[in-house]
Amino acid sequence: MSFIPPDFAPASSEIFMLIMVCVVMLADLTIGKSKRYVAYLLTQITLLGCAVLTFKSFSDEAVLTFSGMFVDDSLADILKLMTYGTVSAVLIYSYTYISERDMLRGEFFSLVLFATLGMMVMISASHFLTLYIGLEILSLSLYALVALRRDSTEATEAAMKFFVLGALASGFLLYGMSMVYGATGSLQITEVAKAIQDGVNAKQVLVVGLVFIVAGISFKLSAAPFHMWAPDVYQGAPTAVTLFIGSAPKFAAFGFVMRLLVEGLGNMSSDWQGILVILAVMSMAIGNIAAIAQTNIKRMLAYSTISHMGFLLLGFISADANGYSSSLFYVIAYVLMTLGTFAMIMLLCRSGFEAENISDFKGLSKRNPWYAFITLLLMFSLAGIPPMIGFYAKLAVLQAVVNAGYVWLAVAAVLFSLIGAFYYLRIIKFMYFDEPETNEPISPNNDVKILLSANGFAILILGIFPQALMGISLYAIQNSM
Amino acid sequence: MSFDFPLLSLIIWLPIVFGVAVFATGHDRNAQLARYISLAGSILGFLVALPLFVHFDAAASAMQFVEKHVWFERFNVNYHVGVDGISMPLILLNCFITPLVVIAGWEVIKERVSQYMGAFLIMSGIVNGVFASLDAMLFYVFWEASLIPMFLIIGIWGGPNRVYAAIKFFLYTLLGSLLMLIAFIYLYQKSGGSFSIQDYHQLAIPFTPQILIFIAFLLAFAVKVPMWPVHTWLPDAHVEAPTGGSVVLAAILLKLGGYGFLRFSLPIVPDASHYLADMMIVLSLIAVVYIGLVAIMQVDMKKLIAYSSVAHMGFVTLGFFLFDAYGVEGAMVQMVSHGFISGAMFLCVGVLYDRLHSRQIADYGGVVNKMPAFAAFFMLFAMANAGLPGTSGFVGEFMVIMGTMKVSFWYAFLAALTLILGAAYTLWMYKRVVFGQITNAAVEELNDISKREFVLLAILAMMVLWLGVYPYPLTDVMHTTIDQLLIHVNNSKL
Repeated sequence: MSFIPPDFAPASSEIFMLIMVCVVMLADLTIGKSKRYVAYLLTQITLLGCAVLTFKSFSDEAVLTFSGMFVDDSLADILKLMTYGTVSAVLIYSYTYISERDMLRGEFFSLVLFATLGMMVMISASHFLTLYIGLEILSLSLYALVALRRDSTEATEAAMKFFVLGALASGFLLYGMSMVYGATGSLQITEVAKAIQDGVNAKQVLVVGLVFIVAGISFKLSAAPFHMWAPDVYQGAPTAVTLFIGSAPKFAAFGFVMRLLVEGLGNMSSDWQGILVILAVMSMAIGNIAAIAQTNIKRMLAYSTISHMGFLLLGFISADANGYSSSLFYVIAYVLMTLGTFAMIMLLCRSGFEAENISDFKGLSKRNPWYAFITLLLMFSLAGIPPMIGFYAKLAVLQAVVNAGYVWLAVAAVLFSLIGAFYYLRIIKFMYFDEPETNEPISPNNDVKILLSANGFAILILGIFPQALMGISLYAIQNSM
Repeated sequence: MSFDFPLLSLIIWLPIVFGVAVFATGHDRNAQLARYISLAGSILGFLVALPLFVHFDAAASAMQFVEKHVWFERFNVNYHVGVDGISMPLILLNCFITPLVVIAGWEVIKERVSQYMGAFLIMSGIVNGVFASLDAMLFYVFWEASLIPMFLIIGIWGGPNRVYAAIKFFLYTLLGSLLMLIAFIYLYQKSGGSFSIQDYHQLAIPFTPQILIFIAFLLAFAVKVPMWPVHTWLPDAHVEAPTGGSVVLAAILLKLGGYGFLRFSLPIVPDASHYLADMMIVLSLIAVVYIGLVAIMQVDMKKLIAYSSVAHMGFVTLGFFLFDAYGVEGAMVQMVSHGFISGAMFLCVGVLYDRLHSRQIADYGGVVNKMPAFAAFFMLFAMANAGLPGTSGFVGEFMVIMGTMKVSFWYAFLAALTLILGAAYTLWMYKRVVFGQITNAAVEELNDISKREFVLLAILAMMVLWLGVYPYPLTDVMHTTIDQLLIHVNNSKL
């Protein structure tokens, strides 16, 4: 029996990424302290290279490789391209922040790249094991990133909590997968789907497995009632790391849900729809109500994330391409808004001063009207007020929910987002209605200046012309189903 | 009539473009420049709206000046605008009020001038968009977007309790609109994927959904109008808002709610409207009578006028739900006239406030001795507010009362109480503020109105008298549309 080498081409960007992570690590050992920006530049080049490779392999056809464990389809390509862009923006935003806090080291960049690799593997997985491996690469890198400032007790505590709960969630997930394997006799996603379609004898085992899988997913998405880690991690981690955790992995999480629930267990949608309804309602309720009481902005945004994840899950409830593409649109909008918001928080930080509290936004419109205006756009967008993109994201999801016949759920969702509007308005109140406490000038680098302005305007422009982004979302979903 | 020039788009976007330009002047160093640009923008905005009136075909019942372009295909949303006899007068009213607001804030606003003026111009464009939209989603986007500038205007330039008022204003209005959004999405599904308001007008809907949709619309529009018992945000917002904010709020933003009833509630869910008409009439009468009594007791002038706005808008909703040509036309006249009168009343209070920095009635007295010209204008507007024949305030109220009489004598009796109550609260306030002896030293120092203030009040006085003596141009343009609307509403959709 001769060994046939697998087709490496579909995984070219992952392979390139892995090589470059090693290069970044090694390069960091040889360059001096004063030339740390080399690692930064290398990281950006890596992301660019991956983008080129992914773009080249772009096709409407799904290509399977590694004995059906790895897939390259348009959903994967689009999610990956967005991930690269997000990670690149994260690095640009956090450069000043990390260099002022002695975190500008090779470890930061290699961990970020490793995490990105994990996301890419998750996005392209067509086998439960590949999914799990990707998830673990991502999670382990994130645990380490949170603990990167080892002299900070808060960060260490956050990392411990993240690790313990994350490991538990991984356990859930594996347990669930093993049950699905027991019931269907396969771990390959399309084969699992086929087995379920043909009918399995042990339906109970399959359902129990599904419940565990959904629990694991909600841990990773930070959907209530599995959300406990999010506020502590968001608050404890250095803001640059929070920005990273809060943004790019959401694409991977979306891919994860698509591969597991939709492609793998899609024929059981009647079983998981009910669970998702409960998760979504709880997330929106807990996230929005708990966020009101927060004074720490990172903690508040963590709760806001929980509520947004509830909204995201709503899109899946309709269990059709319309709903999934609405969810994807929601993720894209959400990541754009998160990027901008955390970038603003980092902008308010100076060496020796951490902007942590909502009151740090006081009087921003007098200190710097331009950034106050961008934050205004971001906040109204998060609250879902037109003509910002956040509104169309909510509109798309709500119309999918109503289409699926859950009008009461749509009413509940808008009522919770009304509660949510309050705490976003409060930030605007601090910025516009209050006097500043400090007159420290805000003067970011040019690249941050341009990117942040572009980010803020993307929120508005994509809101006025949402067609292109909606089209991309629909295209990605339709081609992979 | 075909009209190829995109006039409505110009009316919507010109003020917004000017508003952005005003923002761009930035710092208060350029305050004077910001003022002139906004004046130019608002006057141009009014001038480009005039052809709307001149070229309007009053005999046609279809939408006019229609523009339709695809906005985003995914949900079949179109940039679809057009006006009929209901929306056209309201657009004109809005374009007319905006320059007045700019002039009113000319010297008074000294901080962040560009942001203040820019916000008003942008809001003016957005409100035009609300009135002109024929696509539910476009309407919703404009509707919600109009909250943002008003929220900032109250919160930044308002009085001491402005934060509370601004957030209350925003959340109250948002609550109603979000339910309206669900109603739109539901209609979108039912109509097979259309957001066109005109499609909704023709759509057959069963009874129970009609009731639910009506309630969703009611919450959105009742908060805006505002109707009793969801009116409580209005006095807070008015008291804290700067003068210009109060003027726009009373003269324009309240009309959005009234317009919503005519464009959405009545034609889309006519059976529910008929079924719940008694409830609406009772709520309106409570607003007229009870809020009228509340107004008498106010010690703060702005609060008094705010409550009087609620009472007058009660007439508007009363008129709509009579399903009678007199009632609906009267309500429309009342909306336009209230735009002039309440705007003028708030400007008058603003004139006093700029001088004494107090809105309390007790801080004044004997103003006429120092400001005779002002007292004359204030007198006219107070009389109009009380519904004196010969002023615009009388026309609308009289028509609505005539319409009510056809339905029930007792309804008409209660509605007519407004003529007494209105006179009581307005004229009693006027007496305490303007007449009598000068009781305090601050009043002794008052100067009469400046040229700028004179121009403002004189323009409004002319409008109030013109509409009071000769309302025909206004009733003429909306006559056909309202007749058509009533025929439509009186046909069951079940």
